[in-house]
Formats: sequence, C-alpha cells, structure tokens
Amino acid sequence: MAEEVVLLDSWASMFGMRVRVALAEKGIKYEYREEDLKNKSDLLLQMNPVHKKIPVLIHSGKPICESLIIVQYIDEVWNDKSPLLPSDPYKRAQARFWADFVDKKVADAGIKLGSTKGEEHEAAKKQFLEILKTLEEELGEKPYFGGETFGFVDVAFVTFYSWFHTFETFGEFSTEAEHPKIIAWAKRCMQKESVAKTLPDQQKVYEYVLGVTKRSLGE
Amino acid sequence: MAEEVLLFGVWGSPFSRRVEMALKLKGIQYKYFEEDLTNKSPTLLKYNPIHKKIPVLVHNGKPIAESQVILEYIDETWKGYPIFPKDPYERANARFWAKFIDEKCLPGIFNACWGEEKQHENAVKEACELLKHLENEIGEKKYFGGEAIGFLDIVANFIGFWLGIFEEASGTKLLTREEFPKLSNWVGVFVSSSGIKENLPPARDKLIAYFRSQFGTGSTDATK
Repeated sequence: MAEEVVLLDSWASMFGMRVRVALAEKGIKYEYREEDLKNKSDLLLQMNPVHKKIPVLIHSGKPICESLIIVQYIDEVWNDKSPLLPSDPYKRAQARFWADFVDKKVADAGIKLGSTKGEEHEAAKKQFLEILKTLEEELGEKPYFGGETFGFVDVAFVTFYSWFHTFETFGEFSTEAEHPKIIAWAKRCMQKESVAKTLPDQQKVYEYVLGVTKRSLGE
Repeated sequence: MAEEVLLFGVWGSPFSRRVEMALKLKGIQYKYFEEDLTNKSPTLLKYNPIHKKIPVLVHNGKPIAESQVILEYIDETWKGYPIFPKDPYERANARFWAKFIDEKCLPGIFNACWGEEKQHENAVKEACELLKHLENEIGEKKYFGGEAIGFLDIVANFIGFWLGIFEEASGTKLLTREEFPKLSNWVGVFVSSSGIKENLPPARDKLIAYFRSQFGTGSTDATK
C-alpha cells in the first residue's frame, strides 16, 4: 500500500524537530517541506486552517497538527519498532504529564529570556532555571526521562537543546554550571542518530534568532 | 486485589467533573474529596506538587494529574465503555480539538466575558470565531464522538455546561442558536445524556454567584 508521508516544518522549530526525531526513530521515509513562516504556503493554510502553524504531518493526504499529538500518532501507527510511549498505563500517564509540562513551561519561559529587561529579565531567568531544576529532579538517576530507553518525554524536551545556546546567551547563565545532569542527558540523546541528524547546530539557531529579532525590531 | 480509586476535585470545576463523567461512564467506584482551593490540603499538595491543582486521580496510591491525561489513563486502565476512538487518526483528531478547547476556547471565552471593557467587542468576535470551529467540527454528528459520548464530548463539558454559566454570570451571550445551530443542538443533547446529566454541578445559582464573586459581573455595559 503506497503511503505518502509529508512534513510541513521550519528547520529551527523545536516543535517540528520533535516530529523529525520521531520519524527518524521509526525509520519512516517522508518528504520534508520547509515553510517560510512569513509567507505560508497554501498547502499549510489548507492543512492547518485553525492554527496556521507548523509542524503538520500529512499522512495519505490527511493532516495531523500539534507536535506532541503528531508524535503520539506516529507511535500508534508505526508501532512495530522503537516504541516512544511505554506500555504500562501509569507510566504512559506520567510521560504525558511531563511532556505536557515541557509544552506548557519551557517555550514561554525561553521567550521571556529574550524579550525582557531589568527586573523582569531577572525573574525570567529565575523561572527558566526553576523549570530546568524540576526537569532535572524528574530525570533523577535515569539515563533518559523514559527510563532505560529514549522515549516520549525525551523527544518532547531534547529538541530545546538546540536552543540552549540562544537561551543561555539571552538569559546570561550556563546550563552546564547550573544543571549539569540536563547537559549530560542531552549529550546522551545526541548520541542517537535520530537526534544528532535532526537537531541543528546551536550557533546556527542563535544566529537565526538574532536575525529574526533584528528584523522585528527594525519594523 | 482491592482497588482504591480516589479523586480530589472541586464541585464547580469542569476539569474535575470531566474525570467524574469518565469514571461514571466506566462504572468505576471511587472516593471523592472536595478541595478548598483557598486552603489546599496537604494530601493534594503531596499528590500534585508540580501544579498543586485539581483534579488528581489516585489509583492504588499512585497519583495522576491533568484532566486530559487522567481521561487517557482511565480509558487505558479500565475496559468497558470506550472513551477514545480506536482509529489512530480519529484519536489524533480528538486530541487536537481537546487541546483547542482547553488552550484557546477557555481563555477566549473568559476574555469575552470578563476581559477589559474596551477590548470587549474584539474579544466577543474572537470567541465566536473559536466556537465556529467547533460548530464545523460537530457537523451532523450527534456527539463529537459520533453516536456515543467520547473523549472530546467530555472535554467539551466546558462548552456544554459552563459556557452557559459564564454567559449568565457575565451578561455576555456567545452561543446563540442563530449563529451556532449545530453546537447548540449538541449542548442540549449533551446535558441531558445519561452519564453526563447526573454529573453536572447542582445549585446553578450558587455556581453563577461563585463566578461573579471571583471575576466580577462582566465586561458588557448596562445598555446592551
């Protein structure tokens, strides 16, 4: 049965990267289409009319939106290898809870690092480090958030690693100094081909964000 | 093995009522603990240290938090009434709209009812645009889940019941039959469905009064 898999994405998006990592983990062949977020394609607007955002996975012509929903879909459809969610319902609930935590907390806190000054900036830095501390505690002594194997929460959070240099520069802190276990975990994930081949270079992401920031300030 | 299911909730919260609806649909016995959100119990804080919120389900001593996560857990743990569809695409679709309701509709509707007065007209317009998506999604179906109540119907309990409460408390009408005939139909069917109607908060006036006391009497002006 011919199965067409298309991904509408943007190279620097940590959300799109989650889908790319999941597809790579499962060994799924797909067509990657880079979207210009300032000039969104008709296909994107048609496939995600509600949010008009990437990533969108199109499987046999049908769109799936929202990165963690896409990752769960991939895990359920291509269930013959590399399971991302555990099989035990309680462990699955914990994985969903923590992936939801990453979704609710990390991106917003990261944005604040770049968009605040003075006292607000100090508060943003404190908040971001608190979030990393909570995640570090949840990781504990486990090699991955998923336990012995790379799983759903690892996919949800590791893509932010490509943005760490950006967050650290705007936030004026070092993750290695504050929360070394997080860095050790990220480097462990980077030894996986699916992660290493997906995450862009941190410097490249930083230069991209600087360019975007300069343009938006110049408008 | 004796099974122990505990639920920490608040009588007027759509989030904890979602969990009760799911438990009742599955026929699961549970012990309910009413929380005072101004004075959270040490037990709640122990079971949900990260967010310190209700609802929390505790199954044989193990806590699960976040209403949508709890609903997935309930469906995976107890057989019987199916809450989620079987097909992965339909499951993704249900999760998409559930996220839309919690992340977009709730704040949008709240803003329309209790936001800044000068933004009121815009807020109402935006909230109606959000509800339009749900009007299109329900289409000709009896329930969001098809022929029977499913995950998305349970999550949409906010639209099914609490939206009406918000409208009465704030004086802002959003879900009109003229603009939203299909969604209005669904509301009627939903609140009278077995498994749901017994699990809606009683004392409607008390609930309206509660929201008024929390958020004010609304951002509409008296001449509307």
